[in-house]
Amino acid sequence: MKTDIILAGVGGQGILSIANIIGYAAIKNGLNLKQAEVHGMSQRGGDVQSHFRLADHEIASDLIPMGKADLIISVEPMEALRYLPWLNNEGWVITNDQPFINIPNYPDQAKLADTLNKLPRKVVIDADRIATDLGSARSANMVILGAASPYIQLDFATIENAVAEVFARKGEAVVETNLACLRAGRAFAEKQ
Amino acid sequence: MAKQLLLGDEAIAQGALDAGLSGVYAYPGTPSTEITEYIQQSKQAAEGHIHSIWAGNEKTAMESAIGMSYAGKRAMVCMKHVGLNVAADPFMNSAITGANGGLVVLVADDPSMHSSQDEQDSRYYAKFALIPCFEPSNQQEAYDMAYDAFDYSEKYHTPVLLRVTTRLAHSRSAVERRAPRPQNEIHLDPNPKQFILLPANARQHYKKLLGKQDSFIHDSETSKYNKYIDGTDRSMGIIASGIAYNYLMENFVGTTCPYPVLKISQYPLPTALIAKMVDECGQVLVAEEGYPLIEDQIRGVLNRTGNIRGRMDGALPRDGELNPNLMAKALGMPDTQGMPIPELVVPRPPALCNGCPHIDSYNALNEAMKDYGKGKVFADIGCYTLGALPPYNAIYSTVDMGASITMAKGAVDAGLTPAVAVIGDSTFTHSGMTSLLDAIYENTPITVLILDNSTTGMTGGQDSHALGRLGNICKGLGVEEEHIRIIKPLKNQHDINVAIIKEEIEYQGVSVVIPTRECIQTLNRRMKAKAKAKAE
Repeated sequence: MKTDIILAGVGGQGILSIANIIGYAAIKNGLNLKQAEVHGMSQRGGDVQSHFRLADHEIASDLIPMGKADLIISVEPMEALRYLPWLNNEGWVITNDQPFINIPNYPDQAKLADTLNKLPRKVVIDADRIATDLGSARSANMVILGAASPYIQLDFATIENAVAEVFARKGEAVVETNLACLRAGRAFAEKQ
Repeated sequence: MAKQLLLGDEAIAQGALDAGLSGVYAYPGTPSTEITEYIQQSKQAAEGHIHSIWAGNEKTAMESAIGMSYAGKRAMVCMKHVGLNVAADPFMNSAITGANGGLVVLVADDPSMHSSQDEQDSRYYAKFALIPCFEPSNQQEAYDMAYDAFDYSEKYHTPVLLRVTTRLAHSRSAVERRAPRPQNEIHLDPNPKQFILLPANARQHYKKLLGKQDSFIHDSETSKYNKYIDGTDRSMGIIASGIAYNYLMENFVGTTCPYPVLKISQYPLPTALIAKMVDECGQVLVAEEGYPLIEDQIRGVLNRTGNIRGRMDGALPRDGELNPNLMAKALGMPDTQGMPIPELVVPRPPALCNGCPHIDSYNALNEAMKDYGKGKVFADIGCYTLGALPPYNAIYSTVDMGASITMAKGAVDAGLTPAVAVIGDSTFTHSGMTSLLDAIYENTPITVLILDNSTTGMTGGQDSHALGRLGNICKGLGVEEEHIRIIKPLKNQHDINVAIIKEEIEYQGVSVVIPTRECIQTLNRRMKAKAKAKAE
């Protein structure tokens, strides 16, 4: 068993918070993991990605081979598309639909939505709105993680526990909001 | 002990701490920064009073580490690859003095130049200095090698170079720790001449270093980090060093590699193991992250056998990082690729942050320079290097730490005027002060903009040695007080700033303009911490 995930976004959007939760859950389940991150110059508003691999066997490479990722999880719609060469034939794309526009030549949004909709297996979600409705715009990443959770080979309860434990020091209210966001994301994906 | 999830950099830091480290010395540089930061935040380090304050540059860091080794304690010095160029003088000579307390030189190379101006391979430096080099293939080895490197250093009284590359430095995996070892007590080398490199002493020390080489090679041949894994198909043998070993093995997950494999993670090269592979296999594919150091040595200049493959014959690319797909291709296995990137996806280059003081500095500088033509602004290494990109297009050079000032001087010496240097506060104290002194000594008409954001920004906001000292440093070096101009890089100060920069450009001597405003990232972090403290 293995799940190889490309986490995508723009430097500063906090894709590593998603990685932290999955990593925590994977370790609790006794799984192996490797997670390659981007630090340094690209963090200044550039495109960033993290290769996240979990498996019940030893993992060789820190980088996911092209064509072998099971999942692309992106907090930004154009960034989701940048990593399609890594996705395998059965792979899913889970992405926020809210663009982060910090370049003058950002693509036309209707065309971008159209390209995403044509993907064979995808969940495109307005994570920002769902998180805001639940009272915490900052928890959009948890909505996206929730939407991706059916495709990660971990029990949902394990992911819920990881969210609870990672946010525990921020107090019960923060834990509850993040759990609500996680569950809302999952419910959205399951309705698809 | 339970396993911990650590970045390669953090594994090195923890390995050094558990090996009884007494001090880490470093200047921030991607991808090495997180090692020192980990030690700075470590409770274990605080309890052991382990030195971890940033050094002014890699050379001062290296020298302090040699000093701690001289005193008998274990010291590590950390830097990015180009940092070793700065530290090359003490580094090369530390091979001659040898180490008293364990001395580990950690160098993080950046193949593919994710955050660097070249992709030089530090293994050459170890070979150049005739010292052993360890190159971990994964996080556990990074931990173990950091631990073992100190013992090895003390066993042979030699510094040891520990080399990692970006992917390992910044990738996380589970690491099992060993029992921590206590720090050394202070003890001096029994030979009082050991660290006095007068020619008469140095000649003796150098002979001793040469005498150790056979032992180093023997240890590499028997090292647990160098493995010869035999295979059934000897039409090809594969040598894979460091992280390249993982990329190779990724292609054989769930199966067995049919070819003999030699994994190399300890240098100098294990001659006997390489001879066995070359003798027994039809051809040898060499995969290494960085320059073709191993491949080149096995081929030799004549390449008589013609059966050594790798980066030099195009089996693997000559430059850039390796990855599992490049390895598959070199092995003649099918390449795997998903869907192509849709055409509407455009590059998203890094950019200066919203609210960054450098934006206002560049806007003012561009306006002040607009009548002087292009090609007259020399910049340096830091966030402000992004001033080379649109919409600023403000700078024309970035070479190495401190080069902005001396390049501007050289251009003026050639007759290209006016010349402006742009350098950050931390880069200035790293390597710009002596450059400025050169210009002052000759009274070369240059204007130096020291962009003072009160931090080392690009690497994540480490303390800057320049903090609160820039004006006095410039004055002390000899810049005339009326030509040290401190300005506030803000939109509403734009016209005043343009006028001041113009005045100083027109001045026919050395002038310094210091736009002073805190980095927006460190400011936001400070404000958040303050708000949090208030709430608690």
